[in-house]
Amino acid sequence: MHAAAPEAFRTRRPGEPAPPDPDAIRARRGEVARMLASLLPADCLLSREEELRPYECDGLAAYREQPLLVALPRTEEQICAVVRACHALSVPLVARGAGTGLSGGAMPHAAGVLLSLARFNRILGIDPVARTARVQPGVRNLAVSEAAAPFGLYYAPDPSSQIACTIGGNVAENSGGVHCLKYGLTVHNVLSVRGCTIEGEIVELGGAALDAPGLDLLAITLGSEGLLLIVTEVLLKLIPRPERAQVVMASFDDVGRAGDGVAAIIAAGIIPAGLEMMDRQATAAVEPFVKAGYDLSAEAILLAESDGTADEVAEEVAALESVLRAAGATAISVSRSEAERLRFWSGRKNAFPAAGRLSPDYYCMDGTIPRKALGAVLRAIEAMERKYGLKCLNVFHAGDGNLHPLILFDANREGEWQRAEHFGIEILELCVSLGGTVTGEHGVGVEKLNPMCVQFSPAERAAFFAVKAAFDPPGLLNPGKAIPTLARCAEYGREHIRRGVVSHPELPRF
Amino acid sequence: MKPASDTPALGELRSAVIDAHRERKPLRLRGAGTKDFYGESCEGAPLDLAGYRGVAEYEPSELVLTARCGTPLSEIESVLAAERQFLAFEPPSLGGDPTIGGVIAAGLSGPRRAHAGAARDFVLGAVLLAVDGEVLHFGGKVMKNVAGFDVSRLLCGSLGILGPILEVSLKVMPLPREEQTLRFELPEAAALGAFNRWAGEPLPLSATAWWNGVAYLRLSGAPAAVRAARARLGGERLEPAAAQAWWRGLRSQGHALLGAARSLWRLSVPASAPPLALEGAPLIEWGGALRWYASELPASEVRRVATAAGGSALHWRGGVAGHRFHPLPAPVLAIHRRLKERFDPHGIFNRNRLVAGL
Repeated sequence: MHAAAPEAFRTRRPGEPAPPDPDAIRARRGEVARMLASLLPADCLLSREEELRPYECDGLAAYREQPLLVALPRTEEQICAVVRACHALSVPLVARGAGTGLSGGAMPHAAGVLLSLARFNRILGIDPVARTARVQPGVRNLAVSEAAAPFGLYYAPDPSSQIACTIGGNVAENSGGVHCLKYGLTVHNVLSVRGCTIEGEIVELGGAALDAPGLDLLAITLGSEGLLLIVTEVLLKLIPRPERAQVVMASFDDVGRAGDGVAAIIAAGIIPAGLEMMDRQATAAVEPFVKAGYDLSAEAILLAESDGTADEVAEEVAALESVLRAAGATAISVSRSEAERLRFWSGRKNAFPAAGRLSPDYYCMDGTIPRKALGAVLRAIEAMERKYGLKCLNVFHAGDGNLHPLILFDANREGEWQRAEHFGIEILELCVSLGGTVTGEHGVGVEKLNPMCVQFSPAERAAFFAVKAAFDPPGLLNPGKAIPTLARCAEYGREHIRRGVVSHPELPRF
Repeated sequence: MKPASDTPALGELRSAVIDAHRERKPLRLRGAGTKDFYGESCEGAPLDLAGYRGVAEYEPSELVLTARCGTPLSEIESVLAAERQFLAFEPPSLGGDPTIGGVIAAGLSGPRRAHAGAARDFVLGAVLLAVDGEVLHFGGKVMKNVAGFDVSRLLCGSLGILGPILEVSLKVMPLPREEQTLRFELPEAAALGAFNRWAGEPLPLSATAWWNGVAYLRLSGAPAAVRAARARLGGERLEPAAAQAWWRGLRSQGHALLGAARSLWRLSVPASAPPLALEGAPLIEWGGALRWYASELPASEVRRVATAAGGSALHWRGGVAGHRFHPLPAPVLAIHRRLKERFDPHGIFNRNRLVAGL
């Protein structure tokens, strides 16, 4: 959703708690404000209505909540002091980076403190020999690669929002980007995370060495959506920038054939640096605005990037061309210059803004499927467009099987948001039924709590709560996000069919 | 996600776990037994996981292989090789034929670690047999998945303390089309300097090692890239058979080069750490990030050196049970304790194997 959402479609859903009592909130605000005011300088605490409003939502504006207070600490000691105070008073804490998240993961808690890490925006050091960057969580993703560039190095994960999104947010979501098939997700590119536990203690997970003793707590922290730790520092892996990159653009007269083209590339033993697909509706939306040179007669286009040494790229581009031709591509063009390569990518990178030009609102989904199911899913989405009376553009991290259908709607029209939401849920449930997942890289947040009931059994969700409790016994870090409660799923389950019947119900669980 | 197939072998495992949990009898999870020596201790009645085996699903164009825990590594490698694919983390075989469940539970990686990633980097999903007999699916069979906490990666390297991994889905990679190994006569410090310098350049590196005054460097990838890198780096090229034998030896039992010392240490340090102040010459892998020493020094001294270098030390062979792994800081240990209490409240699974007392 790119536009501010009207109050009208902020409806209570199954399993959601009832809204808090305003008088109780005011009293609590006073109490917590007095406590935090004794710990933080005056300019680190916001409590007036008009100061709180900008923090009501993240990039998913349909979900809003006003926080009790906003804390903007400057030092790690201040973070720990705020965490300890909240722990003592049993106040929920929600961490926030740039607020670009697309699943409501940074939506405030009505009775909680919103902890903004915006002031932790320093790159603490680049070590060109060890090929690492030590950064604070509020550093922007792109700023890391910019700082590493003089050494011929860069930070590989590149989410579309990389100009604005922060490393702390990337850690919370285990963010991807267009180059993950070859270079991995955030989890593959973070060496260590330093963070504050709910008890206010500092822990270091992972390290500058490649192995760390004990359980891999670093891996489980990555993508934990702020439910386990408050991140205070991150050590990132940097890799050498490839000498050269080139893009092959191929047109197909059928989306299924384009999907087969993707499989053929992998089967040929090629792992492209990027492998993206757009359907006809998506290219038609971006072309007038970006002029990327897309083939508007094609049902789908594929963009495959090759990177490496000059000789290696020449060899791989030739191989890509022949595989794509054999897979039935109707036209192929190869970028001849860096400017042309960037132009080919510009359409893909501007798909979201283009959707915003076509429609007052759009709703971006994030399911992942086995690549072989691509054609079937796109055909099913076409049928859903008719069923819900809404248009959908499809952009797709084809190499990873990660779909981003953009459902177009107008929130000011009666019932359209509800239809868009149901449309989205039907896509996600289809992804699960095909062996995929409800979220590839945007996170569950508040948005996908209900589909999580479909993907995981009650015992599996209980295991997630066991992990949560091991890190955060009182359950104060970003509560109510990422993992749906049994009660919520039970209520949701009355309308939807779930997988999984609990066997041995007599046994205690976690 | 489909549930792990409900075979008689699975039924037996579930009953054994449910009984042990009810009677509070500790179990020792066991595959092929190649890592019986590894870990703090080995307690409890053996629970044989080798019988729950077989490749459940493999589609080369999806780059995903799913196998049951008892499947021998050799079987998985031959299935993959037939499609010109492989496990890019090159799991160590430790002189035997481990099961894939054991490979993932130990989470050890081979020579490609510094360049391709660790075992956990290739884990896409795992099925856990919980202590109450419940079969739990985490992650999946797709490349990107952020639904729920990443329990499947937590299980990698857990040495079974949270329960048996019944099934695992791994990302597999195409075999490189060309591979060449170069050798350079270099003293330790110069070799470490060269490894770090090369890793910062766009070269198709896939492994490095240093032993006895010789640095070894493996280049893997597109033929053009390998040829160009070789022309640029110089060095002496190893014959393909000799190169293969060298890396295979290093992968399965590299530390054997250090002889049959009673006390063998595996130090994990930042690759850029200078030569360590320990007696004797190390075997170095992973571009400097892994250093093996045969040393009779007191454990506290070896650990002090490792910690000062920014890493940790594992007493691979020898040492006192309960003190083999590097000690954990108190707040990190507290999280371990609470995880164990939640997943296995009566300490049935591999008691004391990863952390003494858990």
